[in-house]
Amino acid sequence: MPIRIYVPKDACAIACGADEVAEAIAAVSLVRNEPVEIVRNGSRGMLWLEPMIEVVTTDGRIAYGPVEAGDVEGLFAAGFLTGADHALRIGKPEEHPFLAKQTRLTFARCGIIDPASYEDYRAHGGYRGLERALTLGPAGIIEEVKTSGLRGRGGAGFPTAIKWKTVADAKGDQKYIVCNADEGDSGTFADRMIMEGDPFELIEGMTIAGIAVGATKGYVYTRSEYPHAIWAMEKAVEVARANGMLGANIAGSPYSFDMEVRMGAGAYVCGEETALLDSLEGKRGTVRAKPPLPAHKGLFQKPTVINNVLSLTAVPHILADGGQFYADFGMGRSRGTMPIQIAGNVKFGGLFETAFGITLGELVNDIGGGTATGKPVKAAQVGGPLGAYVPTWQFDLPFDYESFAAKDALIGHGGIVVFDESSDLAKMARFAMEFCSVESCGKCTPCRIGSTRGVELMDKIIAGERVTANLATLTDLCQTMKLGSLCALGGFTPYPVLSALNHFPEDFGAPPRVVLEAAE
Amino acid sequence: MPHYEPWSDERARAVIDEFTHLEGPLMPMLHAVQETFGHVPDAVVPMLAEKLNVSRAEVHGVVTFYHDFRHEPAGRHVLKLCRAEACQAAGGDALAEHAEHKLGCKLGETTADGRVTVEPIYCLGLCATAPSAMLDGRIVARLNERRLDALIAEAQS
Ligand SMILES: Cc1cc2nc3c(=O)[nH]c(=O)nc-3n(C[C@H](O)[C@H](O)[C@H](O)COP(=O)(O)O)c2cc1C
Ligand code: SF4
Ligand code: FES
Repeated sequence: MPIRIYVPKDACAIACGADEVAEAIAAVSLVRNEPVEIVRNGSRGMLWLEPMIEVVTTDGRIAYGPVEAGDVEGLFAAGFLTGADHALRIGKPEEHPFLAKQTRLTFARCGIIDPASYEDYRAHGGYRGLERALTLGPAGIIEEVKTSGLRGRGGAGFPTAIKWKTVADAKGDQKYIVCNADEGDSGTFADRMIMEGDPFELIEGMTIAGIAVGATKGYVYTRSEYPHAIWAMEKAVEVARANGMLGANIAGSPYSFDMEVRMGAGAYVCGEETALLDSLEGKRGTVRAKPPLPAHKGLFQKPTVINNVLSLTAVPHILADGGQFYADFGMGRSRGTMPIQIAGNVKFGGLFETAFGITLGELVNDIGGGTATGKPVKAAQVGGPLGAYVPTWQFDLPFDYESFAAKDALIGHGGIVVFDESSDLAKMARFAMEFCSVESCGKCTPCRIGSTRGVELMDKIIAGERVTANLATLTDLCQTMKLGSLCALGGFTPYPVLSALNHFPEDFGAPPRVVLEAAE
Repeated sequence: MPHYEPWSDERARAVIDEFTHLEGPLMPMLHAVQETFGHVPDAVVPMLAEKLNVSRAEVHGVVTFYHDFRHEPAGRHVLKLCRAEACQAAGGDALAEHAEHKLGCKLGETTADGRVTVEPIYCLGLCATAPSAMLDGRIVARLNERRLDALIAEAQS
């Protein structure tokens, strides 16, 4: 019997050499005449250990990592096929503290199953949610989602059940489910990991949404920067169709639902839901004024649910185990779990799914292990390019929508980017403005012109020109952008800029914060 | 190395026709055109306009809106360096400078010999193993000077 070895096909693992490792394993196994069966799984999310391979032994799955192709001979020689000791041996992945500390609902299967295998998905609890959804019917499904307290994981935290109810109540000969998989925020990769590691979960979530609101067609809109996710999704859609889980009369029910995967073209603003819809329609990705809401007039002017990948992939669990089970995790009005992504200059970067309420400090220091460079942490940017820089003295902040908002910060899509003390936050503030100017859809002046003006101001400030006056102008400009922008690109760019300035004025050539506070 | 076909009206029409059955087919058509010819030539704009029954200005507006669509062919190899925050936090700035220095051109430009186009990209979703890059569609993480030099050598060969 060949021994089964899992070698991740996750983009992060591939970018760290997983394909070469898989080839080396196949080659060495032939030479040594020790037959193996290689399964390409998703990633477990301990990304600093990628490529992390797992051997199926009589004692369960034993992991080794990070493995390079050059390590493979040595692993065979050491007897890794029976789980033997080796410098790279990690042991049972589920016992590793990074995984043992998590509460995995959305990511329960990710890295465990073969993402292309419908049977594997089923064997690990897949489609239990859909089965229950079929017995509950549309109203029952929405009720269950309401009980769960699920809020949109794309950034705005809008209650998912309310959105669904609006679309369910809207009249239309055709309705759509659109999955926002545009994940453009730096520091985020949860959508990508799920699409690559457990794509059926997204298909199941979208199908349940379709049944709930009466939509028969779905689109996954993702980024051209995510070729591996696109392949994995397209493959899974094909397999689901072949198994009667997409198309007419899903699983023999009266409901029909089918879906397609579509690719963006390198425009960050297309993650904004209305720009995304325009892009799907084949237009420039400009933001639409609301109302009308996408729920009433969305894709091709039809009632449309648009949800993030993580919102939709939470749904199968909510249906399978009940909304209350999900709601029992979390704090305040942030219910359930959040797949948090720890990235940047960090020692143990990866995906950490946990109930809301964990503090930023625990995430960065305890779980993330501090910086990769070993220097002290300076700040963490949370929530992508529109999120605030949170200084270490605010690291007691709990991961919760309201707590972050109270500090002029946002959770966004759950990405944390760690910076060490060598970083220059004036440079990061300039970058925030520059990013906004490059990615602006051009519809409103404060965003389009203001961000360009912001870059010029930052250049002057960095050059030490009339710093006090220019900082005052910058603060004014940020206020104008906040108030006069149609969407969060122009409206939230001031958050990274002002947080950097307020917490680290010395980087901008202004008196340090301690001095400012003493003067107050 | 990516291989592109020389421009042909007939071929362009065939590529476009493959997507006419889709709802909102313009983006898939543009991607396919670029995949075939390496860029989106002006000549394709009236074709698309006619096919989709929209104005040329509209099609042109779409092509120019998206960063991915090239008006001119790129160099033989395209090296994209991630310049987003997580990669900056992990030392991406120095690597970008190093690449510019080695190649003798700035991000967004092509080397004089036409071999390498080097471009910024904003996040490849590899932010936990930053800095990251993409060479002709192949992704690379944990970039350091040594790995970058190897990529550049490969692109210049
Ligand atoms: C500039 C900008 C970029 C955005 N990018 C994304 C994105 O990549 N993914 C996402 O799900 N939501 C993104 N959003 C939020 C969406 O507009 C929208 O709130 C979300 O898709 C709703 O889904 P949810 O309720 O499931 O979160 C972005 C918003 C803005 C203003
Ligand atoms: S704020 Fe910027 S991106 Fe958003 S609608 Fe206005 S111009 Fe477009
Ligand atoms: S920021 Fe570079 S890969 Fe995400």
